[in-house]
Amino acid sequence: RKYMRSPPTPEMATQEVPLNETLAHLKTESETLKSKLEEERAKLHDVELHQVAEKVEGLGQFVMKTRRTLKGHGNKVLCMDWCKDKRRIVSSSQDGKVIVWDAFTTNKEHAVTMPCTWVMACAYAPSGCAVACGGLDNKCSVYPLSLDKNENLAAKKKSVAMHTNYLSACSFTNSDMQILTSSGDGTCALWDVESGQLLQSFHGHAADVLCLDLAPSETGNTFVSGGCDKKANVWDMRSGQCIQSFETHESDINSVRYYPSGDAFASGSDDATCRLYDLRADREVAIYSKDSIIFGVSSVDFSLSGRLLFGGYNDYTINVWDVLKGTRVSILFGHENRVSTLRVSPDGTAFCTGSWDHTLRIWA
Amino acid sequence: MTINTLAKGGCHREQMACFRKMEKVIVAMQDPDMGMKMRNQRLLITVIPHAMTGHDIIAWLTHKYRISEEESLHLGNMLVKYGYIYPLKEPRCLVLRPDESPYRFQTPYFWTSTRWPASELDYAIYLAKKNIRKQGELMEYEKERYSLLHKRINHTWDFVVMQAREQLRASKQRRKADRIVLECQEQAYWLINRPPVRSITLYCIQLYCNSDYYKREIEACRKALGRNRVKSSICLEGFLKYSEQYLNHDPIMQGCLPSNPWISDDTAHWTMNAEIVPVPTRLRVERWSFSFMELLNDAMGRREFMTYLEKEFSAENLYFWQACEDIRHGESSKIVEKVEDIYKNFLAPGAARWVNIDSKTMDKTLEGIKRPHRFVMDDAQMHIYFLMKKDSYPRYLKSDLYKNMLAKAIVPQETKKSVFPFMRRQRHSSPSPAQTATQAAEEEGLAKGAGANSAAGSHF
Repeated sequence: RKYMRSPPTPEMATQEVPLNETLAHLKTESETLKSKLEEERAKLHDVELHQVAEKVEGLGQFVMKTRRTLKGHGNKVLCMDWCKDKRRIVSSSQDGKVIVWDAFTTNKEHAVTMPCTWVMACAYAPSGCAVACGGLDNKCSVYPLSLDKNENLAAKKKSVAMHTNYLSACSFTNSDMQILTSSGDGTCALWDVESGQLLQSFHGHAADVLCLDLAPSETGNTFVSGGCDKKANVWDMRSGQCIQSFETHESDINSVRYYPSGDAFASGSDDATCRLYDLRADREVAIYSKDSIIFGVSSVDFSLSGRLLFGGYNDYTINVWDVLKGTRVSILFGHENRVSTLRVSPDGTAFCTGSWDHTLRIWA
Repeated sequence: MTINTLAKGGCHREQMACFRKMEKVIVAMQDPDMGMKMRNQRLLITVIPHAMTGHDIIAWLTHKYRISEEESLHLGNMLVKYGYIYPLKEPRCLVLRPDESPYRFQTPYFWTSTRWPASELDYAIYLAKKNIRKQGELMEYEKERYSLLHKRINHTWDFVVMQAREQLRASKQRRKADRIVLECQEQAYWLINRPPVRSITLYCIQLYCNSDYYKREIEACRKALGRNRVKSSICLEGFLKYSEQYLNHDPIMQGCLPSNPWISDDTAHWTMNAEIVPVPTRLRVERWSFSFMELLNDAMGRREFMTYLEKEFSAENLYFWQACEDIRHGESSKIVEKVEDIYKNFLAPGAARWVNIDSKTMDKTLEGIKRPHRFVMDDAQMHIYFLMKKDSYPRYLKSDLYKNMLAKAIVPQETKKSVFPFMRRQRHSSPSPAQTATQAAEEEGLAKGAGANSAAGSHF
């Protein structure tokens, strides 16, 4: 195909190069296929979740209160994670501080100051002996936890992951030896902690990846990620391939969390909705929204039985949803700024929220 | 929302979604039939039409969305904070008061989403108007910005002043009430878009869609079109079954025995459910029967299952599975060594713990061992896993070993609330897992220690 090209001058616009036409073709083809896919998915959708759930008993009065308030961060709390011992947590904040707490006694047990601000990701190692964190430094570092008062935790720090943009989330896999990360550079990656080696990278998002969660499956080989491209992708950790993709949200997906059985996952988005996606049906099966809920969801997690879905919102509240019936069970007030992170404890006895109001709260 | 929206310049896409939703609420509030009843409000000596009280707003929201008053107040406050409703009496205090304070709807012309992003030129004209209208009417922060703008867009300053004068002249020709309304609307708009302290900023993000991206999308779509799907009616039943099965195990739904530590300050529940205990709780043992994964994920469950397999002379299966897990999740540097060990102990002819794998899988695995990698044992591991799941596991659940365990399992007594409700229990600390690991040898001696601190065993 012939095309005209002239040297760029202020008066004359440069003619389009064929590459743009090819790009337009590809875009159209991609969009056509996506519509077809949605049609196929709809064919087997013979009933809605709330219809199936009509026979289930409704939930009674719901009472949950703040049982602990953890004060100590000097700025916005951005992320938190539970230790497997069901009472300790690690939290990270905008001012670069990472703190390990015994949430039960509210005592601070360790504190590290990162060399960067906006520590957006932190995770507790399964053994309870280390924490991982990162943010604007584009890295994920692992700090072994030492109880020697004289030891400077930062001294034993191990740099594990290197991305080309900020670190948005990190999680240990089944052991202390591997870490999964997601980044503003649009990729996720799996790393060997000991050597810092990149084991697998995951490409497929068109913009920043904001969140991830590992599947609790028997074969333990998949995880889900959510991004600014409004997509939630399910990945095979072995091959690096994206095996399933869902694109029904209207805005950034800030949080993804697997349903306890591993057959589905929930997502929370800036479009103020939470959604449930079933992996076997290969489609979205529920939307949790209300006209009076206007602000985005920053973080979601399920109660132990999967009956309840907790969402932390940017309007400072927590909404509790009946996963089966699709109704909003309760709204919890307390934080004085946006809720940025929310996780249910490993034994389901409570959940913890972190907020831009500098505090963390334990609710039960 | 990403950090890029907070650290650099751009527009908050998240904000746009919120604006649209808030506008839906506002439009509903102004619906002629179902919307709010509005009245004239007195502001000093002028009567302002189409105004409402804070109290009215909350009542309407409560009724329309079937929410509590607390939630209506919260929602109403957001509408004021983002400029869709503005207070007539203390315009700089962007708060919804649940009383007779008067409020008005902002005109759509001034909605943040319509006029966004607010331009420097418009702001300059607004400040110029204020300055001309009444010298010294500008606030300190406005004076600063005015002089900054004067420097920055000095080349168009004549235009700014001319526009300001024109707009002032036009407004003088309006009725006083209309003029005041317009001034209020404009003021409210700029209080939101150029607040004294920048609290809302508007940013944007680029999607990286090049040809590689679309090619990948197309490939993924093609694959997805060919996948097998399960009917919704079948999948969704699964959720019902799962939540029902786990209902009693969900402390938030049903409470937990003897009490929830976070509520009662008593850690007995954690002590009784520690990783290894002399006698497990009944709920815990029941859970082992929910799925094979539940059994294996529980250290005690796995130990019991191992005991059972040894009786059946098939313990090598579980040892093999554990060794494979160790490779999958362990250090990269130890893979080669571990694969060799597995071969020696489980796969080699005459191995001490030889596992019975079908010949096809065995051949494939032996071939793969020549170049060991993290996933080289996957096929063999899965084969053995499903063997145990389909055969040994169901028989274990029917065995005396399991039944006895279930029979003697503890059902804790619910802790009654203290006689004096204001008496708070002392919250005891527990040994940190980090400490437990580094002082392993000493801890063994402490196992059954009495005393105020940790109870028997670790608190895992």
